[in-house]
Amino acid sequence: MESLEVKHLTHHFGFTEILHNINFTLKKGEVVSIVGPSGGGKTTLLHLCAGLLDVAEGEVNNSFKTTAFAFQEGRLLPWKNVIENIAIALLARGEKKSVAIQKAQEIALKFGLEEDDFEKFPKDLSGGMKQRVNFARALVVKPSLLFLDEPFSALDIGLKRELYTHLIESCEENDMSILFITHDLIEAIRLSDEILLLEADPGHIVKTFKYDSPKEKRDDAFVYKESAKIVQDKEIIETFKLNTLELK
Amino acid sequence: MKFFLKILKDFPAYLWSGWGAVASILLFIAFWDVGNQIYGNLVLPSPLETFKTLYAMLHSKDILEQIDITLYRASVGFGLSLLFGSVLGLIAGFFATASMMSRPIVTILVGMPPIAWIVLAMIWFGMGDETVIFTVVVASFPIIFVGALQGTRTLDGELKEMADSFAFPWHMKFIDVYFPHIFSYIFPAWVSGLGMAWKIVIMAELLATSDGMGAELAIARSQLDTPTALALVTIMIGSLMFIEYIILEPIKREVELWRV
Ligand SMILES: Nc1ncnc2c1ncn2[C@@H]1O[C@H](COP(=O)(O)OP(=O)(O)OP(=O)(O)O)[C@@H](O)[C@H]1O
Ligand SMILES: [Mg+2]
Repeated sequence: MESLEVKHLTHHFGFTEILHNINFTLKKGEVVSIVGPSGGGKTTLLHLCAGLLDVAEGEVNNSFKTTAFAFQEGRLLPWKNVIENIAIALLARGEKKSVAIQKAQEIALKFGLEEDDFEKFPKDLSGGMKQRVNFARALVVKPSLLFLDEPFSALDIGLKRELYTHLIESCEENDMSILFITHDLIEAIRLSDEILLLEADPGHIVKTFKYDSPKEKRDDAFVYKESAKIVQDKEIIETFKLNTLELK
Repeated sequence: MKFFLKILKDFPAYLWSGWGAVASILLFIAFWDVGNQIYGNLVLPSPLETFKTLYAMLHSKDILEQIDITLYRASVGFGLSLLFGSVLGLIAGFFATASMMSRPIVTILVGMPPIAWIVLAMIWFGMGDETVIFTVVVASFPIIFVGALQGTRTLDGELKEMADSFAFPWHMKFIDVYFPHIFSYIFPAWVSGLGMAWKIVIMAELLATSDGMGAELAIARSQLDTPTALALVTIMIGSLMFIEYIILEPIKREVELWRV
């Protein structure tokens, strides 16, 4: 059984402790989200899990066969157009060029990109479009484990909803697992089996929330009810400093 | 292949955009003619006379031979600089220690006036091809070396990480991630290196050899043959402009479409 196990993971940048004693397990087919304040070490944690940073203390055991990463800042190749940027992930896996282009075009359309945009270089794309290309590049290879770093942050609500559905479908189809970061609790509740709440300075997990109901059955009523509940949670209030808002 | 077709396809539009340049050249020639009318034929021959001399020159076998000699020296010198400058620059760029160690050497190479090199080369190699080629290499090598070094030093670490996260095979990493970036630095360096080579070859010939265009220029000077001197200069500038604007610039435009 493929899984991602994180045990006693601690990370320093220089002398600052960024992450402290992180423990969790991500099983095959599960979606786990990480929420927490900005600068709390979420991206760092994801990079450690994906092997983009070296683990110094603790363990990260990743037995998933293939992984793909959608970065917070896009990281598109500036000299490749939209389609080439998506297709390159497939080419790297040895896919034939014509097939790769075909698949890239299909997924680009699903991600709300238009044919007029296909030939554009990243410099001519909007922030949200870059984000979608970056996201599509990771999803198109159908990895068994997908890392997503705030993939929806620059998208409008309509587009977000479309992509949620699309993501849930491909999860079902390919039995894909996801570890993803978000700032949006509603989004986390809609998509995840488990939410890890990461408090800052140094980043550590204060609480986990589990949601068992099947994702395609989670309607707006369910999501809003649960999110109303979660913002009453003591740890959530403390971690995001929600009470300061009330005082005003 | 598709790439070259694209260059050819966009070429007419590019040429059309050159009217402004043509206008400014014509204006320059007009001022030149005014200069001729003020200062007289000995100091500044008229454009017409210069072009007539030029026409005659291009039909004389002797001059064409001299141009051949100069072309040979410039190409060998530039070719060597291109090869070693690019390769060594890349290597130096990939290793932090090598790039640190090479900096002072580059400063010396860039800072030393070419004329000093010519004197040294004349002592070392005598009066001949080697002296000229050596001077050309010394002058254009550092430009290309620095271009390649900069290109390699400034590679984007985040893109490298991206390539690793998708497990790009090494050849894709090189062709799709490193090369376009390095090329955007190294290509302009090639262009300036070429310009430098062309200027230095004439200077070195003028001082150190008895053949080639530089030597012709020296003869024209000693005989106060201003039209010939100007015709030679026209050939040098004309050929440089041809290479730069007709050959290199269209390539550069296609390659760098992705740039802002
Ligand atoms: N390469 C680095 N070197 C030094 N410090 C770093 C480095 N990368 C991140 N940090 C620091 O680590 C901390 C956590 O950064 P990280 O990017 O993981 O935050 P985050 O939770 O993803 O924030 P956001 O939600 O705003 O994206 C920050 O204080 C940041 O300054
Ligand atoms: Mg982040």
